[in-house]
Amino acid sequence: MPAKTILTGVHFMNGDEAIAEGAIAAGCRFFAAYPITPQSEIAERLAWRLPQIGGMFIQMEDEIAAIAAVLGASWGGMKAMTATSGPGFSLMMENLGLAVMTETPCVIVDVQRGAPSTGLPTLVAQGDMMQARWGSHGHYEIIALCPASPQEAFDLTVKAFALAERFRVPVLLMTDEVVGHMYERVEIPPEVPVAPRRRPRVPPEEFLPFQPDPDLVPPMACAGEGYRVHVTGLTHDERGYPDMTPEAHDRLVRRLVDKIRLFPEEYTFYEEVQLADAEIAVVSYGISARVSLGGIELARKAGIKAGLFRLITAWPFPDEAIHKLAQRVKGIVVVELNLGQMSREVERAVRGLVPVHGVFHAGGRIHTPEEVFQGIEEVYRRCR
Amino acid sequence: MRAELRIAGFGGQGVISAGRIAGQAAVLYDGKQATFTQSYGPEARGGACAAEVVISDVPVAYPLLTIPDVAILMSQEAYAKYAQEVKPGGILIVDPDLVDHDDRQDVRLLRVPATRIAESLGRRIVANVVMLGALAAAWSVVSKEALLKAVLAAVPPHTRELNQQAFEAGYQYVKERYGAGN
Repeated sequence: MPAKTILTGVHFMNGDEAIAEGAIAAGCRFFAAYPITPQSEIAERLAWRLPQIGGMFIQMEDEIAAIAAVLGASWGGMKAMTATSGPGFSLMMENLGLAVMTETPCVIVDVQRGAPSTGLPTLVAQGDMMQARWGSHGHYEIIALCPASPQEAFDLTVKAFALAERFRVPVLLMTDEVVGHMYERVEIPPEVPVAPRRRPRVPPEEFLPFQPDPDLVPPMACAGEGYRVHVTGLTHDERGYPDMTPEAHDRLVRRLVDKIRLFPEEYTFYEEVQLADAEIAVVSYGISARVSLGGIELARKAGIKAGLFRLITAWPFPDEAIHKLAQRVKGIVVVELNLGQMSREVERAVRGLVPVHGVFHAGGRIHTPEEVFQGIEEVYRRCR
Repeated sequence: MRAELRIAGFGGQGVISAGRIAGQAAVLYDGKQATFTQSYGPEARGGACAAEVVISDVPVAYPLLTIPDVAILMSQEAYAKYAQEVKPGGILIVDPDLVDHDDRQDVRLLRVPATRIAESLGRRIVANVVMLGALAAAWSVVSKEALLKAVLAAVPPHTRELNQQAFEAGYQYVKERYGAGN
């Protein structure tokens, strides 16, 4: 039985439960969602846990309302999260853009399942990766993280809240059905630092709600604190008032993009396994990265030096790290549960230096290590 | 060391709980790594379901079963689907009252009438815990102490005594009929 406070110590829990506990540890006290497989365990756990610790759980009428409630809670001063799967993620896209435009810190979890449409409700896929990047209209920058285990689901949920506050941006946790539903050891440290919100440093009468600091992120005043809070999805000036000029629009959109793009070292995370001597690199993420380790083991047994580059941050894509990787190896294999999404980014970053081969599956099951091995063999033959 | 366990039957027999308890035992009380996954149909009861556990000394890379070392099969459907997949030299535990089975010669076949034993204790619902007791007697990858601790931690407090009896009954049944055999 989880304690009525923040959970610590070693547990055997699934990825969904770990996300719920990670949110609580990170200071989240507001969760609004609509249940959907394979996300329901997150909602179920938070429906039970949040009231225990003075937080709030709301089951909304749909996912459009769920993300709207989350934005409202964030502007009310809370750390807030919603979670869904593909169909609900699609419904959230409009308000995701609103979160970007209004610079509202929040966390959105997508436990990916087979798609398009209702697809495979109970079975795994990684087909929403491009939607995470470009699903809302307009040009924007966003942060998306991909856990490969329940432990990492916990850790990255905590990180997602910190990044959301740091950059005043919605942060997406792009997980999948297998990581969400599988149980493993999850160790929760005795203390998890709660990321502070950047507060106004001037009296209310001098405060301009969208006047950025030198790092392009404006301090945030919340409703009811005595500061003027004017929030709109329209293009706005530093006061938060609509400004329909092309100049104001370019200035705003450029700042929303640059406030993230200029600081890659703060959110670019990846893991390298056995890459030191590797001739072939497997680039993968989430559950597919773990399967890839099995394929790499088979390749090494067959005398092919292979290693893993595991994307932890999917967006912004780590162009530079992948380009450097391409300079070290002879070929790259991309393993993902779609028919080629992140592989396009890999190809773009590789800039033709080495062959890039995709091991794709539309979902419904994870790859086998043998399939990954065959992909490694294929690209190894091609680059001989 | 990588060891794999499958428990399969129909919804309502507690096979999912049993799998989670086995993983929990390995992780929380034996200090190992374990990954527990499950498959089941949309039905709450009666549909086919399987609990799958990978236990390892190091973090588990591939989270699903490749070839199980042990299978506990509690329905005919589960038997038909999974009996042949057990690794040669592995352990196959069946409930003979529920499963019409062949005598596979290349595995250690244990017939444990878990449902009947559970009924004799007054509650058919503890058949899964009888099977975990049987597992403790036949397989050393998870310790008996850890399994029992995990059972007692997972069940409602007022049913602990019954569950402990069920666990010991399964353990004793295998020890008496089949010897130590680890």
